[in-house]
Amino acid sequence: MTAETQTQQTLDVRIGREAIDAGANTALDEEMAALPTAVSLRNVHLYYGAFRAVKDVTIDIPKNRITALIGPSGCGKSTLLRSINRMNDLIPSARVEGEILFHGENLYADYVDPVEVRRRIGMVFQKANPFPKSTYDNIAFGPRITGWKGDMDQLVEGCLRRAALWNEVQDKLGDSGLALSGGQQQRLCIARAIATEPDMILMDEPCSALDPRSTLQIEELMAELKEKYTIIIVTHNMQQAARASDFTVFLNMDDDRAGYVVEEGPTAQIFTNPRNQMTEDYVSGRFG
Amino acid sequence: MAGSSNPSVTTVAVQRALAGHGPDWRGIIFALLLLGSIVATLAILVFLLIDQLSRGLPVYQERGLDFLTSGLSSNPANAGISQGIVGSIVIGILVSLICFPLGILTAVYLEEYAPDNRLTRFININIRNLAGVPSIVYGLLGLTVFVAFFAFLGFPNNGRNIIAGALTLTALILPIVIITSAEALRAVPRTLREGGYGVGASRWQVTSRLVLPAARSGILTGTILALARALGETAPLLLAGAILGTFSSPGGLESLLTGPYTVLPMTVYDWARKPQEEFRALTSAAIIALLVITLFFNTLAILLRNRYQKQW
Repeated sequence: MTAETQTQQTLDVRIGREAIDAGANTALDEEMAALPTAVSLRNVHLYYGAFRAVKDVTIDIPKNRITALIGPSGCGKSTLLRSINRMNDLIPSARVEGEILFHGENLYADYVDPVEVRRRIGMVFQKANPFPKSTYDNIAFGPRITGWKGDMDQLVEGCLRRAALWNEVQDKLGDSGLALSGGQQQRLCIARAIATEPDMILMDEPCSALDPRSTLQIEELMAELKEKYTIIIVTHNMQQAARASDFTVFLNMDDDRAGYVVEEGPTAQIFTNPRNQMTEDYVSGRFG
Repeated sequence: MAGSSNPSVTTVAVQRALAGHGPDWRGIIFALLLLGSIVATLAILVFLLIDQLSRGLPVYQERGLDFLTSGLSSNPANAGISQGIVGSIVIGILVSLICFPLGILTAVYLEEYAPDNRLTRFININIRNLAGVPSIVYGLLGLTVFVAFFAFLGFPNNGRNIIAGALTLTALILPIVIITSAEALRAVPRTLREGGYGVGASRWQVTSRLVLPAARSGILTGTILALARALGETAPLLLAGAILGTFSSPGGLESLLTGPYTVLPMTVYDWARKPQEEFRALTSAAIIALLVITLFFNTLAILLRNRYQKQW
């Protein structure tokens, strides 16, 4: 048994799937093409000043699925993710070319309000960043500022339940969100993100600061949340991408340090039967 | 090798290293230097306090509240500091009302709203320069701008009123308030702002509901300490119209705001120059009152800071 096939089998076991032969790729591609799209990126180039961080990305993100963005450090995964809810607008030198279509609207059209975009497309950050407020107010913050009218207690409970945090915090809703453990804080941030009823949640390495147990909890949570939301996750952790995502986009960068999409497809395909040699080298840990 | 009678080379080296090399003289000298510095600093303060307390406290023992409630007088036996206290309190309130909103809003603009371009950087540098301008220069500004303005409008007393004084002190501490507030805002982590924007908050909502509350303790500390500095200033008000010498205030809000006024440091300055020996003790007594007011504001700053101090 060669080293490659061994790696291959380990990966297959890890992601709990049968090895998929080359012929199955077409079927998977068709499955992907048949899914409704949540957001489409069309020839997207991202710049910081004169520096091009990401070039010519054209991908469709399927609705109600988890899409992982993977690739070596500095290849522009986070930049790409942040362009989807116009978070990059906060960096004065950041600039976008191309179109990002969401419900048929280009998010970068002149008339689009970035604040509204962020209400529809929520975000969870690398380092859990609860507001220095109570657990309750952390969840209620988004709905309050958007002028939501309704039973706030019920909404807070619902969000905390969906984020699998209710049982742990129901007796201390008035305590500071910062008093929670790291994993709880990140789940609080997820609960906060879903409180404004977005269509989509962007996660920027949400587990990079968490222990394996908390990581697993977040991954289980993502699997439940995709029933309602489209999730895009940036991760450095190959096993996480393999375990938790349905689709994977692999980015790499050229000599000009601009990131580009090497290959995209169903996660099983990317990890077991990639079309591109670079993808294979990356997912099998030979570089990156 | 373990357990053998001949310890290995490594063991010998480790034992020698652990045994140390005698006292660390440089470290000891450095620690003594540090101790000496703090003793010298404290000694100056303690000497000043004891000196003033020993001279001034007898006045309070002798006259009690009468010293605080009596007006200015050329007769040391019934001279008091009531006008100085009232003037300092009114000017403190006026400065707070004008300076705090102006300074904090300027800081918010510079930190949260202004684009990071050459003009903004130029303004920032110049605000820092303004903080270093001697206070007497602000007195000249007060005289030629604020006092002249009120005189032009036909205010009594040639425009030398407490509002002109408060505006002068506002100009003096505004740069300090802006700088400390801007620093407090800058200390708020970027991740907090991102969290706010991430749930769809606008810039106004992120600033007012997340950033300002998070920076509150730093802003309050800085502004209150700046106010304490303003209350101790003499030089600018010397030019900007505070009264040196005796006057009687007829009372009422109008005369308070437009009539002649003085502040505690002015009274101290005035009395310190008087030839009569009796005024020496009165000067020290007025200094004690001034110190108590300053101490009050500093304590308030610390209490507010502790109350609002948040971890991120």
